[in-house]
Amino acid sequence: MTDYTRATATEQAAALAAGDVTSVELTQQHLDRIAAVDGPVHAFLHVSDEIALTAAAAVDAARAAGEELPALAGVPIAVKDVLVTEGIPTTAGSRILEGWVPPYDGTVTARLRAARMPILGKTNMDEFAMGSSTEFSGYGPTHNPWDLDRIPGGSGGGSAAAVAAYEAPLAIGSDTGGSIRQPAAVTGTVGVKPTYGGVSRYGAIALASSLDQLGPVARTVADTAALHEVMGGHDPKDATSLDEPVPACTAAVAQGVDGDLKGVKVGVVEQLGGEGYQDGVRSRFEESLDLLRARGAETVEVSCPSFEYALAAYYLILPSEASSNLAKFDSVRFGMRVEKDNVENTMRATRAEGFGDEVKRRIILGTYALSAGYYDAYYGSAQKVRTLIQRDFAAAFGKADVLVSPTTPTTPFKLGERLDDPLAMYLNDVATIPANLAGIPGMSLPAGLAPEDGLPVGFQILAPAHEDARLYRVGAALEADLVASWGGPLLAQAPELEVAK
Amino acid sequence: MSSLDSAQVARLAGLARIDLTAEELDRLSGQLNAIVDAVATVSEAVGDDVPATSHPIPMANVHREDVVQPSLTNAQALSGAPDAEDGRFRVPRILGEEA
Amino acid sequence: MSTLTYESALEKYDPVFGIEVHVELNTATKIFCGCANQFGSAPNTNVCPVCIGLPGSMPVTNEKVVESAVRLGLALGCSIRESSRFARKNYFYPDLAKDYQISQYDEPTCYDGELEVVLDDGEVVTVGIERAHIEEDAGKNTHVGGSGGIQGADYSLVDYNRAGVPLVEIVTRPIEGTAERVAEVARAYVATIRDIVKAMDISDGRMEQGSLRADVNLSLRPKAADGEDQSAVPFGKRSETKNVNSLRAIERAIHFEIVRQAGLLDAGQPVHQETRHWHEDTGETTSGRSKEEAEDYRYFPEPDLLPVEPDAAWVESLRGTIPEHPAKRRARLQEEWAFSDLEMRDAVNAGALDLIAATIAAGATPASARKWWLGELARTANDAGTSLDGLAIAPAQVAAVQAMVDEGKLNDKLARQVIEGVLAGEGEPSEVVAARGLEIVSDDSALEAAVDEALAAQPDVLEKIQSGKVQAAGAIVGAVMKATRGQADAGRVREIILQRAGVNP
Ligand SMILES: [Mg+2]
Ligand SMILES: [Zn+2]
Repeated sequence: MTDYTRATATEQAAALAAGDVTSVELTQQHLDRIAAVDGPVHAFLHVSDEIALTAAAAVDAARAAGEELPALAGVPIAVKDVLVTEGIPTTAGSRILEGWVPPYDGTVTARLRAARMPILGKTNMDEFAMGSSTEFSGYGPTHNPWDLDRIPGGSGGGSAAAVAAYEAPLAIGSDTGGSIRQPAAVTGTVGVKPTYGGVSRYGAIALASSLDQLGPVARTVADTAALHEVMGGHDPKDATSLDEPVPACTAAVAQGVDGDLKGVKVGVVEQLGGEGYQDGVRSRFEESLDLLRARGAETVEVSCPSFEYALAAYYLILPSEASSNLAKFDSVRFGMRVEKDNVENTMRATRAEGFGDEVKRRIILGTYALSAGYYDAYYGSAQKVRTLIQRDFAAAFGKADVLVSPTTPTTPFKLGERLDDPLAMYLNDVATIPANLAGIPGMSLPAGLAPEDGLPVGFQILAPAHEDARLYRVGAALEADLVASWGGPLLAQAPELEVAK
Repeated sequence: MSSLDSAQVARLAGLARIDLTAEELDRLSGQLNAIVDAVATVSEAVGDDVPATSHPIPMANVHREDVVQPSLTNAQALSGAPDAEDGRFRVPRILGEEA
Repeated sequence: MSTLTYESALEKYDPVFGIEVHVELNTATKIFCGCANQFGSAPNTNVCPVCIGLPGSMPVTNEKVVESAVRLGLALGCSIRESSRFARKNYFYPDLAKDYQISQYDEPTCYDGELEVVLDDGEVVTVGIERAHIEEDAGKNTHVGGSGGIQGADYSLVDYNRAGVPLVEIVTRPIEGTAERVAEVARAYVATIRDIVKAMDISDGRMEQGSLRADVNLSLRPKAADGEDQSAVPFGKRSETKNVNSLRAIERAIHFEIVRQAGLLDAGQPVHQETRHWHEDTGETTSGRSKEEAEDYRYFPEPDLLPVEPDAAWVESLRGTIPEHPAKRRARLQEEWAFSDLEMRDAVNAGALDLIAATIAAGATPASARKWWLGELARTANDAGTSLDGLAIAPAQVAAVQAMVDEGKLNDKLARQVIEGVLAGEGEPSEVVAARGLEIVSDDSALEAAVDEALAAQPDVLEKIQSGKVQAAGAIVGAVMKATRGQADAGRVREIILQRAGVNP
């Protein structure tokens, strides 16, 4: 039997359609791979092998019966534990939800099931998606497959690592300030944050409701495009969901791979680069710009002066909304309870024990930012900064079709290195946060390895709201040229993981 | 911008219903102060003439029809409850008064 | 602490009050999910991930709630905000599924209204409406052990069927200048709100079931000296008495608070700004949560919901659906029906207005409609311990019975028996008449036979009649009525008697 775990999702779908492999075989190969490598990687919090194999068998039966099947039918997928899955434990990386088995499916979960994609399991994450390293998981950190001593990014380190370690061809991520793009950058994978509202948030455990967005995680731009089309589209259960057709992602990929980029203006954001960015990150970024120009794109400098305040605004808006969103974890209806003599003390004790340090920090910060007398200075001002950032983007998109930057200032740092320095940790997201504040779509794709440490560098592309397809066109073009320049996918250069017997 | 002393942090933790140990209070106060100092810059960035943005994509009037949809069964509703009795969620006695 | 009487308290102090009324809307579904908005279901059966606040769930606003709120706002003379928003009110409580309530804060949908309230003697008081905002209700805690109350309970049980039931909260501006009529005004205001929401069919308006709930704020300030401006005297500290849930209780709670606060002020003690609880059994209020830890609800715009921006043309079209102000309607009907003040007040107090109107619409005269609803039917309802609209008879059926009386087919006594039959579920009036054989005997030959028999049995009476003592015929009428079991028209019987006796009527 051919091993398909290193194949892309698109290739796996083709093999299934051609009858070269069954979904049960394909799913079992991924389950075997998880069993072999997930000990040291720890991408998964829960492996739903029986549920995956049952779904796979059903797809195989449907295929054998000649049923018409969706494009990715039978291709297995990993789901970030932020997304509610009926019958499969869901914790959002928090001890406070340990053992919770939801009685309902989130909309994206339901769409995956409708697309007949077997769910392999739930991936690790920073607790309630608060973090940039997956070290704040209540269940221990995930390790970067490129170097097990390094962070896989966060909060979606589990999804990115699962895909990088060939444990799954595809994964669901969520991006509130970069939690899809930053892990993609540091693991050499591709991640996309769609336009706010492009993918339903119903069933995604809320961190910051006005910033959160689910999106696809994969090893290639084409695979993220295919998954985006499965996940996306209007959902009446999410009032903020966009009532418009799903962007034509896969068509844009085809256009990007086959065509040139003549007439495409690529804006380089002055504020997202330069000082504070690692040398190797900068040089790989410049090389990618050269490739884009070689394809016919024109690069222009754009300036977004309000980005200076983006991190501060983000670290007010996020904790404020999170402090409210996380109030429901009160031991009454679900989750952990530390029983005390009365319900108030029970709530206090449960939340003290169930939440980790970073969650407590942010809840208290958000409680402060919303409290009487401080609202205007903090939350109110942060919402105004948001307006300024939107104006900066509007001006920049007046000059360029897409904007680009390095995804992160550095390659992955060592586990533990920034644990006790929240501010240093927050700097990881400086280039990804503005997109969330403005609601615009963004993609990170591998730009190569930094020469000084041999670790992956991410290239970020941003597009105006509703123009997600531009990411795929430009991303696919760049990816094609980069892969050609490397002589194969970047992940092929990753060290082989030791396989458990 | 004012900085947070540990009494304030204790009050906020109370509002947020999180018990903190003395050690946690001490450590969090220090970290929160540093964060508050860093984020306080937002108030310098904007004037009164700038409107606030609550929703990144402006939309309005998204409503649903007044039509009954299936509910959960009582067993489903209670399935995750730490404690239940007679079809209801059971909690230790309630001290505070209704807000 | 000195104890003043209510009257002496009002001689020394000027009351200022405000009322927050929570109106539960009678939509088919809850405000943010598709669960049934239904009273009395088994615990936690009208619940879903949204209304029990499961992780990941999200609210979507019920369009009917927005429509009802806008209509109510229009009925209260409010402006409708071009763009209003929901906000989260954050506090922890077991019956609050998400530990925040979705409400409205600085941008309520309806604001700046006023409502005319008509007192029993016809005096009109205009109450300023600050706002009417949309929000969700909480679930229900049941306390187990101890006395069944919250104090001393062993534990509590939570039912979220009510969580997410749509509410409109109507907040008045401070109401000044009511002096000794303060309690009456408060009661009449809430009664007017109740009448409006019922007339609009946006709420059951049942205070006893909690579908209309009132919180009463009250403060006292010293009376201004003669010739001085009372409104220049600053307000005192106010108490907020929660859940005062009957019209009578509103009056009682205001009485109690006035006496209590005046007693404190007289003794030189401060009135605390605090929440108080109403006790129906004792007629007293008691202090609620201590306010030492000030409330801090950390309101902020609800990020899961979008602004509500009612289209101006739509709002105008809704304005056309607003029923006449209850007091104005009352005045109009009184004139149309030619009722005396007393008759009208009785009709209003009995809750019979709509029933009388419907009976008239079905063909009865105002006087006969009033006679039935405030007479026979009011007694029946009273005996059964129910309200008039709870009786198993429709206005059209009452009108049908009255029509048969008018046609001479029934006399009053028979008509009452027909009503009795309808109430007993025996069918339509005509069916009751047929089944019970209640129609008046109008066959003259049968009556003549009965008269002849009676005259023959009482020859002395016949003599009296013939000698000119016509009133003696009453005895024969009585005998004939007895013989026909009341199913004769007494007037006709009398005519036949005189005829048979050879006396000209
Ligand atoms: Mg309220
Ligand atoms: Zn519900």
